[in-house]
Amino acid sequence: MAYSKIVMDHFENPRNVGKIMDADGIGEVGNAVCGDIMKIYLKIDNDTISDVKFNTFGCGAAIAASSMTTELIKGKTVDQALQLTNKAVMEALDGLPPVKHHCSVLAEEAVKAAIDDYYKKHDNKEVCGASTGCTCK
Amino acid sequence: MKVYADNAATTAVSKEVVDAMLPCFTKIYGNPSSVHTIGQEAAIELEAARSTIGKCLNAEPRELFFTSGGTEADNWAIQNAAIIGAKKNKRHIISSRFEHHAVLHTLNKLEKQGFEIQLLEVYSEGLVRPEDLQAALREDTALVTIMYANNEIGTIQPIPLLGKICRDHGVIFHTDAVQAVGHLPIDVKEQFIDMLSLSAHKFHGPKGVGALYCRKGIPLNVFIEGGAQERGKRGGTENIPSIVGMAAALEQISRKMEQNSDKVFALQNTLIEALSAVPHSRLNGNREKRLPGIVNFCFEGIEGEAMLLMLDALGICASSGSACTSGSLDPSHVLLALGLPHEIAHGSLRMSFSEYNSKEEVDYIIEKLPPIIQRLRSMSPVWEKIERGE
Repeated sequence: MAYSKIVMDHFENPRNVGKIMDADGIGEVGNAVCGDIMKIYLKIDNDTISDVKFNTFGCGAAIAASSMTTELIKGKTVDQALQLTNKAVMEALDGLPPVKHHCSVLAEEAVKAAIDDYYKKHDNKEVCGASTGCTCK
Repeated sequence: MKVYADNAATTAVSKEVVDAMLPCFTKIYGNPSSVHTIGQEAAIELEAARSTIGKCLNAEPRELFFTSGGTEADNWAIQNAAIIGAKKNKRHIISSRFEHHAVLHTLNKLEKQGFEIQLLEVYSEGLVRPEDLQAALREDTALVTIMYANNEIGTIQPIPLLGKICRDHGVIFHTDAVQAVGHLPIDVKEQFIDMLSLSAHKFHGPKGVGALYCRKGIPLNVFIEGGAQERGKRGGTENIPSIVGMAAALEQISRKMEQNSDKVFALQNTLIEALSAVPHSRLNGNREKRLPGIVNFCFEGIEGEAMLLMLDALGICASSGSACTSGSLDPSHVLLALGLPHEIAHGSLRMSFSEYNSKEEVDYIIEKLPPIIQRLRSMSPVWEKIERGE
């Protein structure tokens, strides 16, 4: 199984690792039994994602997908971030091996879960389709 | 620095072995079944190799059958015992939970054909208990197959005791000794072994060649039709260069077994001591009853494949039983058989050594690995919870 250069770059030099203490939305998806957990922290100002951080337990692809996802949504509006698909994450990473596709799904779900959390805290709106479940089984 | 710490996966072929093999490609290239001189030269090499391997295991040459490797030998031994058993209406097979897939998958196949498969526990220490085997044996038990040493965690099973129990009970005892041959003293007679599988590439021999030992008196069915080779049991022109290489490798490593063992054990002890200092880490498998070369640790809060990639970037080759490296969704069945929860099994790392490794290499691992663990933990939401004591 070989990873693309972009995946290896994001794995070796992950962007936006960490936490946001006063985050406006936090999303955690996956579970340790499956071997992947992603946690995304969002800072949202005027409906725009002004800062984003992540913590991930998982393989190289999970860490790279988390890192790429934070780059893809940083500076975007909440609505734009909601449009992010796992396919877009995979394309940005120049592909993932088939057994790792679920890592990109997890990344999309983490963003939706974080925005869902933001809505719940702010105006009680829920994101359609947000899930915090495990997709691996 | 480049450190090859994956000798349980495969080993480098030694120079002496390559030297022994080379003439078989260009000079002794005949077919051993041919009547002419060149063919007979190859036949002499073939039988000399069989005899050499026999001496290393205290087996008769005629009790050894060359195969394409350990997997084939396991398949053959188990299916053979099943055929013999079925004739006597014996359809119960005993094995252990942490066998190699060459054994487990073959047993799964037999289960679908109506055999009853009973897998013994290996407990947290990774050891089969002779009393469990004693209790499991039945009138209709056709075969007991227990690995000599586990390939992932290195624990050595009490083979002579298990063999004796089977012999007393009149049940065929097979052992997958792929990880043990060349590394532990094996005497098939003294240790009551009826059938044994081995593979050359685990002891500095070439890949794609192995052997099945089948004790005289145990009927062996034809495994591959098509010729008189291997006494008609396995057709196909013999892989002379590889067989000669396997014999050379086994002879060489058997001669130096004690010396190698002392050296590799010292490396293992240094590494185990150093890694035990990492918080929330655990050595997998019994501390004493283990192969010299295999060290398997779990580091909580992180995942194995990520560790492997970071180690590889620093020139260190290791392996892991995490789901991400097993090609399936579950972590290693070996680690789960020890009773480890999935989330801990995902954080496993196996480093395996041979006499070609040095103290400097182990020191390099000890220098580089802890910061990798720390770095991955610093970005892990699971580690955050472990640290908080949740």
